[in-house]
Amino acid sequence: MSAHIQPVPFTKPEPPISPEKEIVESPFRDFVRAFLRHRSAVIGSVIVLSFLLIAILAPFITSYEYTARSQALLQAPSVDHWFGTDEMGRDLFTRVIYGTRISLWVGLFAISGSIIVGSLLGLIAGFYGGWRDTMISRIFDILLAFPSILLAIAIVAMLGRSLSNALLAIAIINIPTFGRLMRSRVLSVKSEDYILAARAMGMKNRRILFHHILPNCWTPIMVQGTLGFATAVIEAAALGFLGLGAQPPEPEWGTMLADARQYIQLAPWTMIFPGVAVALTVLGFNLLGDGLRDIFDPRMKQ
Amino acid sequence: MISYIIRRLIMLIPVLIGMSIITFSVVHAIPGDPARTIVGDKATPAQIQEIRENLGLDKPAYIQYFTYVKDILQGDLGTSLITKQEISKEIKPFLAATTELAVVAMLIAVFFGVNLGILSAWKQNSWFDYTAMLIALIGVSMPIFWLGLMEQWFFAQELDLLPSNGRLDPRMEFDAITNFYSIDAIIQGNWYAFQDVLLHLILPAVALGTIPMAIIARMTRSSMLEVMRSDYIRTARAKGLGEFWVIYKHTLKNAFIPVLTVVGLQLGLLLGGAVLTETIFSWPGVGRYIFDAINARNYPVIQSGILILATIFVLINLIVDLLYAWVDPRIQYGKGE
Amino acid sequence: MNKRGLILSLSVTLLATSFLVACGGKDPNAGSGKSKTLIYGRGADSVGLDPSQQTDGESLKVTKQVLDTLVDYKDDSTEVVPGLAEKWEKSKDGLTWTFHLKQGVKFHDGTPFNAEAVVFNFERWMDKKNPYHKGDYPYYGYMFGGFKGDPGHVMKAVTAVDANTVKFELAKPQGPFLNNLAMSSFGIGSPEAIKKDPEGVKFNQSPVGTGPFKFVEWKKNDSITLAKNPDYYEKGLPKMDKVIFKSIPDNAARFTALKSGDIDMMDGLNPDDAKLVEADKKLQLKLRPGMNVGYLALNTTKKPFDKPEVRQAINLATNKKGIIESFFAGYAKPAINPMPDVVWGFNKETQDYEYNLEKAKSLLEKAGYPNGFDVEFYAMTEPRPYMPNGKKVAEFMQEDLKKIGINAKIVTYDWQTYKDRVGKGEHQMALYGWTGDNGDPDNFLYVLLDKDNTRTPDAGNVAFYKNDALHDTLIKAQQSTDQKARTDLYQKAQEIIKKDAPWVPLVHATVPEAARAEITGWIPHPTGSDKLLNVSIGK
Repeated sequence: MSAHIQPVPFTKPEPPISPEKEIVESPFRDFVRAFLRHRSAVIGSVIVLSFLLIAILAPFITSYEYTARSQALLQAPSVDHWFGTDEMGRDLFTRVIYGTRISLWVGLFAISGSIIVGSLLGLIAGFYGGWRDTMISRIFDILLAFPSILLAIAIVAMLGRSLSNALLAIAIINIPTFGRLMRSRVLSVKSEDYILAARAMGMKNRRILFHHILPNCWTPIMVQGTLGFATAVIEAAALGFLGLGAQPPEPEWGTMLADARQYIQLAPWTMIFPGVAVALTVLGFNLLGDGLRDIFDPRMKQ
Repeated sequence: MISYIIRRLIMLIPVLIGMSIITFSVVHAIPGDPARTIVGDKATPAQIQEIRENLGLDKPAYIQYFTYVKDILQGDLGTSLITKQEISKEIKPFLAATTELAVVAMLIAVFFGVNLGILSAWKQNSWFDYTAMLIALIGVSMPIFWLGLMEQWFFAQELDLLPSNGRLDPRMEFDAITNFYSIDAIIQGNWYAFQDVLLHLILPAVALGTIPMAIIARMTRSSMLEVMRSDYIRTARAKGLGEFWVIYKHTLKNAFIPVLTVVGLQLGLLLGGAVLTETIFSWPGVGRYIFDAINARNYPVIQSGILILATIFVLINLIVDLLYAWVDPRIQYGKGE
Repeated sequence: MNKRGLILSLSVTLLATSFLVACGGKDPNAGSGKSKTLIYGRGADSVGLDPSQQTDGESLKVTKQVLDTLVDYKDDSTEVVPGLAEKWEKSKDGLTWTFHLKQGVKFHDGTPFNAEAVVFNFERWMDKKNPYHKGDYPYYGYMFGGFKGDPGHVMKAVTAVDANTVKFELAKPQGPFLNNLAMSSFGIGSPEAIKKDPEGVKFNQSPVGTGPFKFVEWKKNDSITLAKNPDYYEKGLPKMDKVIFKSIPDNAARFTALKSGDIDMMDGLNPDDAKLVEADKKLQLKLRPGMNVGYLALNTTKKPFDKPEVRQAINLATNKKGIIESFFAGYAKPAINPMPDVVWGFNKETQDYEYNLEKAKSLLEKAGYPNGFDVEFYAMTEPRPYMPNGKKVAEFMQEDLKKIGINAKIVTYDWQTYKDRVGKGEHQMALYGWTGDNGDPDNFLYVLLDKDNTRTPDAGNVAFYKNDALHDTLIKAQQSTDQKARTDLYQKAQEIIKKDAPWVPLVHATVPEAARAEITGWIPHPTGSDKLLNVSIGK
């Protein structure tokens, strides 16, 4: 399902390309110039930054509280309530605004978690090879073969319904994406001439790992991380929609959609705005991720 | 090639064992008791205990696991705790329902995705290109369950144009032979039913197919742009072949592998991952079947269901890999991955 | 040059789209006009169709059409009327019941229904050693005190006197005996069909009974199709040729299907959508009387609820009307007694405590709590049929309690844990509820308020209310088989309970349901399963 929208090129190991050369040769300013010239990267980062600002400034944007009830039940959008009100008379604009915090929070922590664990495993597998590689790769195979959303559902069922457990489940199901990516990068970087040279000069494993291999692997991870952020936001909403994520009265977008569903006849607007918020956030991260990839990986540039 | 297939199949074994262990542990770590679900809210502790004994739930976990593996090896997928039906039988219509939905979703995705991609590349930087790529971008970013809800609201409720749920009008006289309703309708020569089946498929299949469609459109476009720049095309053009068709043909060929990858990957994912779409459109599919089983702590159904889905997923991946080799003989299979 | 290609490709796309849309017209032959088919939309699929093995309402809703019971409920209440048994008599001591069966009734498989068949079914349910006793039979054990050999088992013997007479001998008199027999769970199945299924699997999938409809087909998680039984013993009935139970899990989606005519009737309407139904001329609203009670149990073994005055004060501080308007969209009756008025024996004379905060406050003073007290207030978070939103109800009551000086802190747990804790009596006050099984007062009053049921950890009486006078009354009523005498006893019991106020009885939730306007003859029954005998489309 929505879990796997990452563009396909990353699912197969790519031939070694050397993004580091681009960066080494062109300083930071060139990156900024390339970035600013890239339309989708700019639009994406504008969207992402706006949501970030909304999340931080939520209390200043709206004068309501997200749990505050009123007598105005299920009212259509108006001057007082820009997005209308829900079945308990709560201001939907406020709830959508505060929902930004939850979604960004989940995205950030879940993806950081998968990146850390995935990269570490991928690094070990790629660098040391041998039985470690076999074992770790099999673990990735196993995790990937699971229907991911069902695995997430089972994990949440096991740990209990809450936002933090949903976050954990999302982190777990995204581990192999990063792990495999890291492994393939490490494998390709490892066979580069200068690494072989460093090794020939008797450089220690750890030094090679941290000083030469890791710095050259993190760009694709960052690109994938941005795209993965988008995925995590959708997954969190999906779990919320099934009642497994954030619990009421938390204004999580998926949970809001689930509540709104029974008012589809009476008050369609309760369903429209949280969905638009999810789609926009995801769009922002996808655009940004696409842009970053194009910039870092000229081979993909059109 | 054959030795490659065999090796891949052998590699499947540790994956499946690992999966069965993970599934088993996760499922048994879920708090709650299937016995309670079976006898209902009013059961006495004695009744519950008796049922636990009957089901072997009072035995230590590892014994339960080995019993389960032994049964699987004998081809016995177990019996649903709730309905007392054999899972291998019970799961068939659910699998068929989801497969039919996923296949139609893929057909929609491939047809519209490829053509959108080709046309946008052909008209690069035109309004058509921009619109199509914007649609594709929004498509990848859409939470499909929300898309499904909006479709249901607009097309089924407001316009009353398409059915909002289920696979077929229940009033229709219809026998489910293969449980692929479109095929069943053709077998029975029942054209009204066939039409009705298609109508019921549209909304959920579009919801499910949107993301793959968007991915395919974007990939086809870039692949087409590459083709248009290649020397080969210039030659063809020089030869005076109808330009569009030359490019169309070559793009199709070029786009085949990436499209195949998307289709293969998504098809496998959709089988278990359609649970949200199934929930929204009341589609009696396998995702919902397992989801309900998780809620009811129906251990055997969760275990065997996930195992079946994973096996299918891995097999589809294998088939996709083999197709690569068939399409592009340059790809060789010898070393590990 | 290339224009043509572009146009061609575009038109292929357009064609495909228009083909899909062209199918959008409604097909005339699929319509309901010719064969009379009724589609009943509901929230979940049945678990199994052997009613004796099932406890869920969705299963019994269907089996009610396929298998008849010896005695049945009246259309709109739980009063017992003849079913497969035309008439019956009981011995003076209430230990022997003789049922005279309808003659000429046939099972759907053509085999005759007779006394042997009845005996066969009861033997199968009660005897764990019976070769056809495959499964758990939870309701049998629950209603008849266990199984053959268990100390509490009520049924001593079931024998066929002649082809059309069955004799039940009981170990001890059981007041609710007739009401128990009327439960859908005790529908009589065809012995031939059961014998053909020694594994005990097939009958649960395709039951064979004597009911108005025959089982035809079951598409799992989708629909169950039943067809008219042309040999049904009531001539001219049922009125429909076909009934289809269709599962549409989401309430709103089901309502959409009803509006567009995909289904003819539905249960599980969102209370808020009831307004839309009333406003729509093509639809009609149906209210299912609730055989349930939602209440606030006051733990009489814990301070300060050991004082009756305190309990009465809480009763006086409860605004039932307000609760019903705010959280039931008006679809509930205020509860006066611990059981609803659809159950016979309901005491109409009982005076409810009025909503009067001043009086409540003065009672608190009398009890020695002039400044009120602090208390924990258990509330359930998961929706129950008798209490769709316990937490909100608790918040609502919290406000009033504050006004008389009681400072209540709301405590919640997930439902499984909640039941455990309340059953062990860890609460001071707890929202709770009950859905009746057989429509007998015993099923409410004895189960929920007798001192016999205060045993932890699974207490039914979660007020832990012990009153010997009440106990004597209830036991007398339980062992009497005289309807008149039982009615009197239960009315007296309700008075005792009212005065002691171990509970605040809150509501009997009514369930709003909806049908297309042209549907006639549908009477939602308090048990939740309706025999669709008289339902018809148009006249």
